[in-house]
Amino acid sequence: MSTFRQARWNEPIIFELGKVHRRGFALPEIEEEIKQVIGDVQLLMPQKMKRETPPKLPELSEVEVTRHFIRLSQMNYGVDSGLYPLGSCTMKYNPKINDALATSPTVALLHPYQDPQTTQGILQILYTLSRWLAEITGTYEVCLQPSAGAHGELLGVLIIRAYHKRNGELKKRSEIIVPDSAHGTNPASATMGGYRVIVVPSDADGCVDIEALKSVVSERTAGLMLTNPNTLGIFEKNIEEIARIVHEAGGLLYYDGANLNAILGKTRPGDMGFDIVHINIHKTFGTPHGGGGPGAGPVGVSEELERFLPVPRIGFDGKDYFLDYNKPDSVGKIRSFYGNIAVLVRAYAYILSLGAEGLQEVAEVSVLNANYLAKKLAEIRGFELPYDKQKPRKHECVISAKPMAKETGVKALNVSKRLLDYGVHAPTTYFPLIVDEALMIEPTESFEKEELDRFVDAVKKISQEAYSNPQLVLNAPQNTACTRLDEVKASHPQSMALSWKMYLKKRKDI
Amino acid sequence: MKELGIQNIDELYRDIPEKFRLKQKLNIPKGSSEAEVKRHVENLLAKNKTSATMPTFLGAGCWPHYVPAVVENIILRSELLTAYTPYQPEISQGMLQALFEYQSMICELTGMEVANCSMYDWASAVGEAARMVARITKRSEILVPKIIHPERNATLQTYVEPAEVQVKHVNYDKSTGQLDLEDLKTKISTQTAAVYVENPSYLGFIETEAEAVAQIAHDKGALFIVGVDPVSLGIIKPPGEYGADIVVGEGQPLGIAMNFGGPLLGIFACRGDMELIRQMPGRTIGITTTLDGTKRGFCMALQTREQHIRREKATSNICSNEALCAVASAVYLALLGPQGLKELGETCMIKADYAIKKLSKIEGVKTPIFDAPHFKEFTVNFDDTGKSVQHVHEDLLLYGVHGGKDVSKEFPELGGTALYCVTEVHSKHDIDRLATALEEVLKER
Repeated sequence: MSTFRQARWNEPIIFELGKVHRRGFALPEIEEEIKQVIGDVQLLMPQKMKRETPPKLPELSEVEVTRHFIRLSQMNYGVDSGLYPLGSCTMKYNPKINDALATSPTVALLHPYQDPQTTQGILQILYTLSRWLAEITGTYEVCLQPSAGAHGELLGVLIIRAYHKRNGELKKRSEIIVPDSAHGTNPASATMGGYRVIVVPSDADGCVDIEALKSVVSERTAGLMLTNPNTLGIFEKNIEEIARIVHEAGGLLYYDGANLNAILGKTRPGDMGFDIVHINIHKTFGTPHGGGGPGAGPVGVSEELERFLPVPRIGFDGKDYFLDYNKPDSVGKIRSFYGNIAVLVRAYAYILSLGAEGLQEVAEVSVLNANYLAKKLAEIRGFELPYDKQKPRKHECVISAKPMAKETGVKALNVSKRLLDYGVHAPTTYFPLIVDEALMIEPTESFEKEELDRFVDAVKKISQEAYSNPQLVLNAPQNTACTRLDEVKASHPQSMALSWKMYLKKRKDI
Repeated sequence: MKELGIQNIDELYRDIPEKFRLKQKLNIPKGSSEAEVKRHVENLLAKNKTSATMPTFLGAGCWPHYVPAVVENIILRSELLTAYTPYQPEISQGMLQALFEYQSMICELTGMEVANCSMYDWASAVGEAARMVARITKRSEILVPKIIHPERNATLQTYVEPAEVQVKHVNYDKSTGQLDLEDLKTKISTQTAAVYVENPSYLGFIETEAEAVAQIAHDKGALFIVGVDPVSLGIIKPPGEYGADIVVGEGQPLGIAMNFGGPLLGIFACRGDMELIRQMPGRTIGITTTLDGTKRGFCMALQTREQHIRREKATSNICSNEALCAVASAVYLALLGPQGLKELGETCMIKADYAIKKLSKIEGVKTPIFDAPHFKEFTVNFDDTGKSVQHVHEDLLLYGVHGGKDVSKEFPELGGTALYCVTEVHSKHDIDRLATALEEVLKER
């Protein structure tokens, strides 16, 4: 067992560092000739709109800034630090060559409004990537613009809306169905798109309850949002019937691509009957998540829905790549420009590196790893594998700490926190909501058997601790940059401080 | 496999109905080594022409500013780069503190008390702000200037349509470009949830009557939203000082490369009023202490507004945002400090003014078309040159110069007009080269 110790710098907040008039960066001097022509800059700015008090930004030297942020980085944990089995987040290794290519000046210094004859290289990359993603998902056309998975979901819901509007059924079709095991973004996206959310329960197998689904579909149904494999890591075996039920009711079928990693090259959402698919580039296609973003959430659609995608579309006439704004039925824009390009370039390099066979192997190894963990973890005292144990899991598995919670008072959350002490990132905790004391574990393909065994050993150790000295687990974590935090205090109106200036006002209450 | 008692990985896919199992291989090229990938991608990218070799005068929502090496270095630190959202605060203090510092600096810049830790971009931030004010005021209209970035306008429309909020446009003064206060007074009503202005405006001029706009909005019980280019806030009055309730903007110029338009960084800040804070979209980081109260720490705050807790009742569906870009901005602002940001603003304004003076001397060229102070962008009209904007642009390319953005289709009433941008990255030589090229181009009639 490794002895993990995260840095604990007690690093001051940046506003507490530095000295008045210290600077970390010098601007290029304005040329003398310009100064002579323009004269006093103060005269350019209308008195009324002039800033009188400078912003209270920190005043630091370059080395102070560097040291501060390096220390902060040492109090953070990424995929490069170790196992990161965060369920539904697909925290796989992010190849370094992709970062190197995406940060090159031939990407960084491109302006989105440059004449397409000066941007043929990047347009070719984006066009090709969209074709590859269409092939992988079994869709007709892919739009690269959404900035994240949830942004893609919003676009998907807007496309559902545009489709029914075109059929004159916008008013009538007011409901979107989501399973009770769905990611939280699904109902939130449906609401943002103006829909009422109808929740359909899971059956004893952890799949969509077909009878329940039949009872909620109606002429009000605009669509169903589903992830397959679902958040339990189980493949929705009745997908064909689900698709039939929804389509016969006149609704569309939406695929939440958070779990796509399991099925790359094995099966395709488009073939299963999904009309709209979003892809989490930062999950499935190995781009770094940046501590919360930027990601990218391209959306693929069937031929019938192609007309509704946002503008501009990237076209190719056999010779040149071009931007096509002439799409009258488009839902319009969901952001500025064409998407998170620096992320998409990484994905292009990722697919290019792996190729068709490599992608398939990604899926297979990720599924093998998840099943291995499901088996090993369910054998540990205090844990169980809910739902059909014989059924293979896909990219992730959900285990429950319910027996342990009952017998020792150590809950899933405590297990997660104790894992941090062993130098492993915690699984997704308390999700999906349909499993008590849930720990949702997605190892991805990036970790070798020894690393998985290390994880299993850590969970075993925690189990022993829970049954012999539960306080040890309840007090975790101890080896991280700080011990358990008071998250209630952070959100209480009296002590809430969301900025330095608020903190200065309230510090005595915190 | 031995542990699982299987001979073949395909056994783990046995529950996928046979008809849906992919029989053929994906139609994607076979994999390549790192060296091959590098050569292939670099060859493609070499087809691009960048501002490094071609002086480029484009802005319009994505601006060329210098990115200090420290910024690039920090955001490639893999503990930050390869981390997920800080759901486990104890092991993610670095990211959380950096984001808290970003939020704090945005508050100092804008004069607001609260900021979230980012939206996707300015356009989606305006869309979210419009939905937020409609929820707060229970009103169904938002008034925006006619001079607004068309992509922001389109995004705003997309965001509010499902919420049944109407967007109405307020005219501008023909000679100054400023928001027409009389038109605003006619259009504002008890149905108006908010008035939105951009400062500097899309076409580069400064809205000098912003305080009067705030007054008109507040008198009718509407909120006031201001969209900003944060680089201007070293010299332009912060919106908090002229009545803004919510500030949105584009953080890309604060240390983030243009990257062909993405990732960007949506700024979102508001007053410290609980009514506003509870309706704010997106993640926000707060200060707290350890449970034993001995040590300061950071965690996500007000998560009960968010989708992973509230599901369909969340204030927005946003979860992944542009966190790393926010960190880049925090590093950038810490490097510049108040004096650096002021000098940056002044440099942009002086250089843009120099370019205006220089181009004005060319026969037939009118710049700017509005009689108002401009920050770093300005309109250039070619109507009296006998050439269309597109024609001028194509000819300039032959001289190795990329002109501004053609806005003649967006605002037909402004004639053959382009929007040019000049910042600290443009040297006097670049500007002079533009002027010379333009002179040559316009001579060849």
